[in-house]
Amino acid sequence: MTPILQIQALNKNFGTLQILKNVNVEIESGDFLVLVGPSGCGKSTLLNCIAGLEPVTSGQVAIDGRNMNEISPKDRDIAMVFQSYALYPTMSVAKNITFGMRVRGIDKQTQQEKLAEVSRQLQIEPLLNRRPAQLSGGQRQRVAMGRALVRDPKLFLFDEPLSNLDAKLRVEMRNEIKKLHHNLNATMVYVTHDQIEAMTLATKIVVLKDGLVQQIGTPAEIYLRPANLFVADFMGSPAMNLVTAQTRKNGRGTELVIERPAGEPLRLLDKKARNLPDRVVLGIRPEDITEAAFGSGKNVHITACDVDVVEPAGADTFVLLSLSGKEVTARLKAETRAAAGESMDFAFNMEKASYFDVESGERIN
Amino acid sequence: MQGDLASTASTQITRLALRWLLYLLLVLFALYYLAPLFVMVTTSLKSLEEIKTGSLVSLPREVTFDAWGTAWSAACSGIKCEGLKPYFWNSIVMAVPAVLISTFLGAINGYVIAQWRFRGANLIFSLMLFGCFIPFQVVLLPMARLLGLMGLAGSIPGLIFVHVVYGLGFTTLFFRNYYVSISPELIRAAKIDGAGFFRIFWSVFLPLSVPIIVVTIIWQFTQIWNDFLFGVSFSQAGTQPITVALNNIVNSTTGVKEYNVDMAAAIIAALPTLIVYVVAGKYFIRGLTAGSVKG
Ligand SMILES: Nc1ncnc2c1ncn2[C@@H]1O[C@H](COP(=O)(O)OP(=O)(O)O)[C@@H](O)[C@H]1O
Ligand SMILES: [Mg+2]
Repeated sequence: MTPILQIQALNKNFGTLQILKNVNVEIESGDFLVLVGPSGCGKSTLLNCIAGLEPVTSGQVAIDGRNMNEISPKDRDIAMVFQSYALYPTMSVAKNITFGMRVRGIDKQTQQEKLAEVSRQLQIEPLLNRRPAQLSGGQRQRVAMGRALVRDPKLFLFDEPLSNLDAKLRVEMRNEIKKLHHNLNATMVYVTHDQIEAMTLATKIVVLKDGLVQQIGTPAEIYLRPANLFVADFMGSPAMNLVTAQTRKNGRGTELVIERPAGEPLRLLDKKARNLPDRVVLGIRPEDITEAAFGSGKNVHITACDVDVVEPAGADTFVLLSLSGKEVTARLKAETRAAAGESMDFAFNMEKASYFDVESGERIN
Repeated sequence: MQGDLASTASTQITRLALRWLLYLLLVLFALYYLAPLFVMVTTSLKSLEEIKTGSLVSLPREVTFDAWGTAWSAACSGIKCEGLKPYFWNSIVMAVPAVLISTFLGAINGYVIAQWRFRGANLIFSLMLFGCFIPFQVVLLPMARLLGLMGLAGSIPGLIFVHVVYGLGFTTLFFRNYYVSISPELIRAAKIDGAGFFRIFWSVFLPLSVPIIVVTIIWQFTQIWNDFLFGVSFSQAGTQPITVALNNIVNSTTGVKEYNVDMAAAIIAALPTLIVYVVAGKYFIRGLTAGSVKG
């Protein structure tokens, strides 16, 4: 099966500034690809290269097996939703949605049918005669989606489409986009700096930093096995705990020795880890540090730690411990009896531990 | 407590007094600026007799429109005595195309410079901006030579050309600054919708440019209608714009000085720009203050 989108050895410079460095990505029909990374890392630039709105400096973009380098945006069989929505301010909602068809000279009958279909799908029928300025943020968002849907393209491109909405609406629209993806069986490329959006929407995630691809994988792969310290820190909220540790091999596995501000260092035993260097960065997610009573498994290490801060957050309670000069977050059940300043037993699930090279930051297990 | 009340009362009185002072000043300034117009209008409605005997600021005892008729169709400049009428039409025939052409070209220039960023766009814009600040006098001789070479010397099309060229810097500046605040995503969306350079301009950008088009038209019309130097330099008998004709009428030295005719002629010459302001002034303010266009 030919990939719907194939990006090969793509480089993009603005003047002498290298913005994208050797990007290689491939997706199949029906995929939901999310490009995620901090602001300014080149996500929009990559999307614009896919759309043909920016020429690539080298490498190639192929859509459905066809090299697109010399093809203009309108002939790439794509549709795009922009961060600012980019609705035509002087046109009514209906005219906004049909503009593309009018430009292409599609007959009135078809235009009306498609408009009716899309506006029903997005529930914007009552808005068709309004101007964009007379719409709320969420409504504009829907119209922008309508303009894309009506194209029925091979590839949908979204550039941070939800970032201008308030939190509640954002979650609502996120679910709606997910439903659309499912119902249309569409292929989508979606840019966001919000890792939660990335995790919830994607079938495949590309993590970018400074124009370099850090990791490509399913949300689960990225979450469970981050490729380096950047990905580990960027994906997940609260972030993965990252602490430096000395390692000692012994008969039962590898012992990790982690400094504490007071008293004995914390010693964690990982029964499975092999061949770790003398010093590593241990990565462990907050939900893998629990109250001793709830931690069970073959590779769980139970030990006492001092609780610094207790932060109830409704469904969970987060507890901060001080390890190796850093705050480490543990995610406990809401009804925990943990109290600041007291010591208590914690279960560290070493099965899920990630190890990173101290120098390069690359994953080593 | 009582001291507090007293002090708030006194600050209120001061504030009121200041407000009235402000109004008083504004009224005085308004009167100051209106005074010449008042004198012009009243003088133009008096007979020559009355002007000689009465005072400058008095109202006309007997209102007569004779001076207006003379100014329009019989006042003499040099040897011809046909009033302002032919020159008024000259000015219309010159100003209307010059305003429309320079506004249209400015809109396209601004669109290209602000939204189709190309290599050197900023340099070109800086040069055009520089063009706004070149004094008229500097371009007189080169322009005369150029008009001669183009065969447009002394003709109204020649004057149109001069005004278009000289106005381009301003019109480009207006449109560029208006378009630069529009998100580049708008043009990208239109490109993906399949529209090209001119389609995007016509269907997306021009419709949202009404305020700046009005501003530019008012500005250009005022500049071109009121221009004297280009008019006097690049015209010849028969193609002179109204400003030049007005000067000739007022400065004709034959016979007695007809102040009423001069005043009427001056008002006629100024009337079109006044009308443009009254009709479109509202948009002028709105256009100048409309910073960005939100979708
Ligand atoms: N047209 C341009 N000219 C020069 N630099 C640009 C241009 N567009 C973007 N950049 C730069 O490229 C980098 C990546 O931008 P962008 O792709 O918009 O980032 P993101 O979408 O990830 O926030 C930024 O540093 C930005 O300043
Ligand atoms: Mg961006």
